[in-house]
Amino acid sequence: MVLDELYSIPPYSLDSEAKEKKLAEGLCDLTRMHYAQCGEYRKILDVMGFDVSLPHMSVDIPFIPVRLFKKYDLLSVPKDQIVKAMTSSGTTGQAVSKIFLDRENVRNQTKTLTEIITSFIGKQRLPLLLLDTEIVKKDRSMFSARGAGIIGFTTFGRDTTYALDDNMELDLHKIKNFLEKHAGETILMFGYTYMVWQYVMRRLEDEGIVLGIADGILFHIGGWKKLKDQAVDALEFNRRINATFGNVRVYNYYGMAEQLGSVFVECEYGHMHCSNYSDVIIRRSADFSVASVNERGLIEIVSLLPTSYPGHALLTEDEGEILGIDNCQCGRLGKYFRIHGRIKGAELRGCSDTYERH
Amino acid sequence: MSVINYLIGSAKTDNTPQQTFSDEICAFMNELSAALMRSPSARTYPDISALAFWCRKGNIQKLKDRYDEKTERLGRGVCFHVTPSNIPINFAFSWLFSLLAGNANIVRLPSKDFPQVAPVLDAIAKTMEKYPDIARRTAFVRYPADNAVTAEFCASADARMIWGGDSTIESIKSLPTKPRCVDIAFADRYSICIIGGKAVLDANEDDIKRLAQNFYNDTYLMDQNACSSPQLILWLDDSAEARERFWQSVYDCAEKKYRLQAAVAVDKYTQMCEDAVSLDIVKAVSRKGNLLYRAELETLLPDMTELRGEAGYFYEHAISCLDEIKNNITEKFQTVTCFGIDPFEIRRFVITNNLRGIDRIAPVGRAMDISIIWDGFDIVRTLSRVVSVE
Repeated sequence: MVLDELYSIPPYSLDSEAKEKKLAEGLCDLTRMHYAQCGEYRKILDVMGFDVSLPHMSVDIPFIPVRLFKKYDLLSVPKDQIVKAMTSSGTTGQAVSKIFLDRENVRNQTKTLTEIITSFIGKQRLPLLLLDTEIVKKDRSMFSARGAGIIGFTTFGRDTTYALDDNMELDLHKIKNFLEKHAGETILMFGYTYMVWQYVMRRLEDEGIVLGIADGILFHIGGWKKLKDQAVDALEFNRRINATFGNVRVYNYYGMAEQLGSVFVECEYGHMHCSNYSDVIIRRSADFSVASVNERGLIEIVSLLPTSYPGHALLTEDEGEILGIDNCQCGRLGKYFRIHGRIKGAELRGCSDTYERH
Repeated sequence: MSVINYLIGSAKTDNTPQQTFSDEICAFMNELSAALMRSPSARTYPDISALAFWCRKGNIQKLKDRYDEKTERLGRGVCFHVTPSNIPINFAFSWLFSLLAGNANIVRLPSKDFPQVAPVLDAIAKTMEKYPDIARRTAFVRYPADNAVTAEFCASADARMIWGGDSTIESIKSLPTKPRCVDIAFADRYSICIIGGKAVLDANEDDIKRLAQNFYNDTYLMDQNACSSPQLILWLDDSAEARERFWQSVYDCAEKKYRLQAAVAVDKYTQMCEDAVSLDIVKAVSRKGNLLYRAELETLLPDMTELRGEAGYFYEHAISCLDEIKNNITEKFQTVTCFGIDPFEIRRFVITNNLRGIDRIAPVGRAMDISIIWDGFDIVRTLSRVVSVE
């Protein structure tokens, strides 16, 4: 299997040519498998007239719009093999994506995430400060992506400590004890971008507290939409984290509930990187043709991980652009890119209902 | 009631009716037409120039001539208009139709502040200075969603024009009116297009370009989202060559003129996937870029009206004769636009089969041409009363 071969080499080691060979092979295998196993997926490919028996490039693999996972239960394995049903953390009232994982898929997600994250922090387990509340983990009524992300990250740490109490209040006493106990060590931190900003950093600022961490690493995920409304960008975010937390390397990463595991991490030069396991394809909205480098378009994400559900090629509703290929100063090979955020909602004319109150 | 913004008129709208097609009303419309034509906005917004063109003297005279009993008619009193919030100019048509019938009018403007609204209101206000009898019978209002205000207007109305589709109608109709109040409600409708394949092949290059442009105006121009925009294209004398010739021209036209939003491109692609999964009658979808999607239907459904596309997403099917579809026409069907088939044959088909739907048959290109016969209603006759002598 392609994936097993990839696990034997570092995650950012393939140049685009070598990577395309692996990707095309792996994605074609997955396409044939999902076509055979998932009735809904087969119907879509049939309607598009796609021939799974022919060899295809990675950009030619049909992509599934992420919204489809909100409307249908899409599975490529018998239901009794599903060990986890993941839901995206949609806003209340919105439809959520449902992603069905079997044992193999869960294992590959964990393994891939480990390969990617340890390439940044090293293989030894570091004391972990989670910038969230433990409730997310306890509340199993819905196995949401937020909770899953937290639990997933605990494998990289030890002496896991939660910075927020059950009421989302900063537990300063606990944090100080934790930092004293691990003085002199590298501190690993993880949280969701907005929560880190709103419930941790802003709170520290308000109370004039500086944590003074000598050597820290912060991974955060979850998007910038809410922060953009407050005119906060990555530079500002990192600057203020350093002012309140101390000497901390900040890594933002991008991933979707529909493709957990094969995440995209921002390097020290502020570029999101594709690892060997996944890729980003930017498409023009006019005809979905592949955009050039530095041309803005819709983000498609492909991943070699999804086996229990047909999510190996997904059209997101985010916009982004490729910044370069194989030539980032950080030395990581493959494509690197920037995310511009969610596309603007459709505005249509027409005389049918406008759902206005009268 | 203090929240009501009277852009024209006041809270004291005179509800005395006037004679249907009265000379004064017709003269006013002609002057309004001229004022709109003079407005620079008519050059910017084709819908304003279409409005001006509609209320010009020649057209109104033609409509008047068709009403042989017009001298025996008066308006019903005051008509309250609930206009749709996503078609900029529709409020003005709704008002003019009712004015022709002889009514005083209170028009609730769309909540969205379209750039077309202000110049049209300007022209109306200026023209009305010379027509005090019309002015005191006219109010254009805007107010935030408020059932109490709407209820008050409904309570005093002698007629209501309710645009905006099923859910708007439901909410407005739940508000009490006088016992004799007449409603014209424009519900959600479904429209189709019938094309003769042979005529497409026989047409010369100019004709095909014109046909494609006309089809574009019926569909893309309103994002295919108006109730008279065709969703389903039926082919008579079908052939692959005819379809290719037609759709290629439509695509060429759309490519030059239509601005496809990224979100809409995603929506159309998503709809294709959903159709593939949920609709077993969809066997193939062909695409030209993201501008034009065509879902080929293997058979028709007893109820087709859920098959709706947006911004250039069409359902397509070949038939050998009209009778083949008589069981598929429900009361939701409104407009049939046609090319290469005699419109009177379609009307005969509707009448001899006692069909519950299809109110309107028009050549391709005229789907959006609104007038006083609309949606199966004769609006002027419905909004006026006959004074009979026996």
